Amino acid sequence: MSAMLRFLLVTILLCCTGRTFAAEPAELISRITAVESRGVGNAVATAAVKELESTAAPADLVTILGAMNTADPLAANWLRGAFEAAADRATCAGMSPVAELEAFVRNRANTPRVRRLAYEWLLKADPEAETRFLPTLLDDPSSEMRRDAVARLISQAEQQEGTAALATWKQALSGAVDKDQVKKIADALKKAGEPLDQVQHFGLIVDWHVIGPFDNKDLKGFPVAYPPETEIKLDAEYAGQLGPVTWQQLHSDEADGAFDLAKLTEPHKGAVDYLFTEFEVAQDQPVEFRLGTANAWKLWVNGQLVFAREEYHRGMQFDQYIVPGKLKAGTNTILLKVCQNEQTQDWAQRWAVQFRVCDETGKAVHSLSKSGAR
Amino acid sequence: MQRLLCCGLLCLGLSSSLLADWRQFRGTDNTGLSPEAATVDWSGEQELDWSAELPGRGLSSPVIVGDQVIVTACSGPREERLHVLSFSAKDGSRQWERQFWATGRTVCHPKTSVAAPTPASDGKRIFAFYSSNDLVCLDLDGNLLWYRGLTYDYPNASNSLGMSSSLLVQGDIVVAMAECDDESFTIGLNTATGETSWKLDRPRKANWTSPSLMTAGDKAQVLLQSSAGVAAVDVASGEVKWTYADGAATIPTLVVAGDVAYVPSNGLTALRPGTSNPAVPEIVWQEGSLRPGTASPIVFGDGVYVINTAGVLTKASLTDGSRVWQARMKGPFSASPVVVGGKMLCVNEEGVSQVIDLADEGKTISTHELGETVLATPSVTADGIYLRSDGHLWKLRLGE
Repeated sequence: MSAMLRFLLVTILLCCTGRTFAAEPAELISRITAVESRGVGNAVATAAVKELESTAAPADLVTILGAMNTADPLAANWLRGAFEAAADRATCAGMSPVAELEAFVRNRANTPRVRRLAYEWLLKADPEAETRFLPTLLDDPSSEMRRDAVARLISQAEQQEGTAALATWKQALSGAVDKDQVKKIADALKKAGEPLDQVQHFGLIVDWHVIGPFDNKDLKGFPVAYPPETEIKLDAEYAGQLGPVTWQQLHSDEADGAFDLAKLTEPHKGAVDYLFTEFEVAQDQPVEFRLGTANAWKLWVNGQLVFAREEYHRGMQFDQYIVPGKLKAGTNTILLKVCQNEQTQDWAQRWAVQFRVCDETGKAVHSLSKSGAR
Repeated sequence: MQRLLCCGLLCLGLSSSLLADWRQFRGTDNTGLSPEAATVDWSGEQELDWSAELPGRGLSSPVIVGDQVIVTACSGPREERLHVLSFSAKDGSRQWERQFWATGRTVCHPKTSVAAPTPASDGKRIFAFYSSNDLVCLDLDGNLLWYRGLTYDYPNASNSLGMSSSLLVQGDIVVAMAECDDESFTIGLNTATGETSWKLDRPRKANWTSPSLMTAGDKAQVLLQSSAGVAAVDVASGEVKWTYADGAATIPTLVVAGDVAYVPSNGLTALRPGTSNPAVPEIVWQEGSLRPGTASPIVFGDGVYVINTAGVLTKASLTDGSRVWQARMKGPFSASPVVVGGKMLCVNEEGVSQVIDLADEGKTISTHELGETVLATPSVTADGIYLRSDGHLWKLRLGE
């Protein structure tokens, strides 16, 4: 018997016996979730995911979903690959664990996007499940689930008239977090004579203490720690780019909540401004800080640098940056550094920022104190 | 048992013929030419073979491996869902789909989308890349082999307008460019595990061009074009072999023919690796009037072809860059042209595909309206041309 023939026979034997010689799913999952950034642990995870994909039984699907709950975003994708391969096989064989998937979806303690994944595979096996779930999703922790419920209400409102339509639009608004859906609802409410305050709905902060300009000629100001980075004294005076500078309290009336420094102060070039506010919440909580800006920026929360980005004039979009973070119960401080460069093109004059705090679905978190700024 | 063993051997030998495939952006060798399709007998008339629906947006090109047409797409309100799909080349039926969650930023200019970079294949594996800098490696059956999140690894590797550099795979290395204003680099990953083989710091300037393959003796080099110019990098080691530092475009990508690279730089610049000093390339010619718009230049026969922002196609001499003829097409173009059966196929942004007779000074042979916006460069094999929009994948029939 040739070496090749022996190899093939062993391969076929292993395939036929399935999990007899394979590691248990929990062990394989553990090897996969040990994967780290920058490719660390990839070789071990590659072998484990291959084995899990080929050996996972329908009964293992919910186990894999459960592991995704606590996996970091990278490991969650590795597990998703294994899950989809096994789920594909189970669906084709008519062996999807429908009851277990439904129970997983109903349990809101599970991670929102993993519940959504389970929901979509549930629908492949049981399309009728959508009818059972849709009416219950308007306040779902998953933004995608919520989006489906909002879409259903928008369709319903479009078929209605008068007060019935208005009530449905308002109901849809209560769950809407995505900008395209909010815009559609806002347009309808405006036609009905009840315009929506989108600044309030999205929780955009339009009141800030501002100080500047500090020097950013030749892009030198981004790494420089000007005094507001080391102390917040709202009555202090510092040497600025063009002379002494002091904190001013400013308010933006822009409909999109943009805090336009070029308009509110001066359209300085090669300049740095700092924005400061306090933000009060009742309890410790994870949040997302979401920004839109065409300028380089740094963000500190409670004195800790959360993120820094040195990019200029690649457009300004709603929720352009999403930065996960935490707020503590009580008063939190938020400091933004917003840098303008010296480009002269028409499209490179914007010096503004849209900033809001929200939960992971994009639903606004409002400060308990008025308008965020003190 | 013998039959079973034969099946096993067939399965082990699934990797398809290199020549029949179209394995990465602008073909297996990045030239926009398929060795077989370039000489196929085609009248230039366009006939739809089949179409298939896609679940999300994308401007990546399809890649073809054997009977599989691999396409990437993205969906969701923030385009955070990353799709990889496989279709049958014969009839367009969907073979499998996998989805993943973006781990990097998905914000883009509205014209583009997260599924902008073209995937690549080495004939055994599929490498899918996205504007979020997520890089997924699957086998041909859709099984995950490994996953990297390059923005997850390097959080400032992103571009608020979106990124679009396609992958290049050569030997056991897959090359990914993540070049931007902030944390800018190009990385070579081991195809089997996704582990980092090498990483180069690159100019901190947004860059939408793609890596291109150049062979130097028995060594494969990847040419990296950027605002700074061109760097030739040994694919296996990541070592920079030579650089051209006179600047280059950041959207249209150079094309290599033989030992010359035609680079969108100072118009168009023809570069050849230096002989007396290998670190300094020889400038064969420069022609300031040849200014590619978004579409990349292409070389066929004795000409280099350039489409400018006004939709004018220029044929220039490969020898000295002098103009041979010009023809006006219906633009604008984001997709790069390909050559099939000696004829050029150009698809404009409105989804009008135009077949141009290169032997008759750019006369239009046929037009076909796809009816949707098309930004993706077509892909070609000997039996068909593959086109995609945000909503559909189409195959145009070639020959009988």
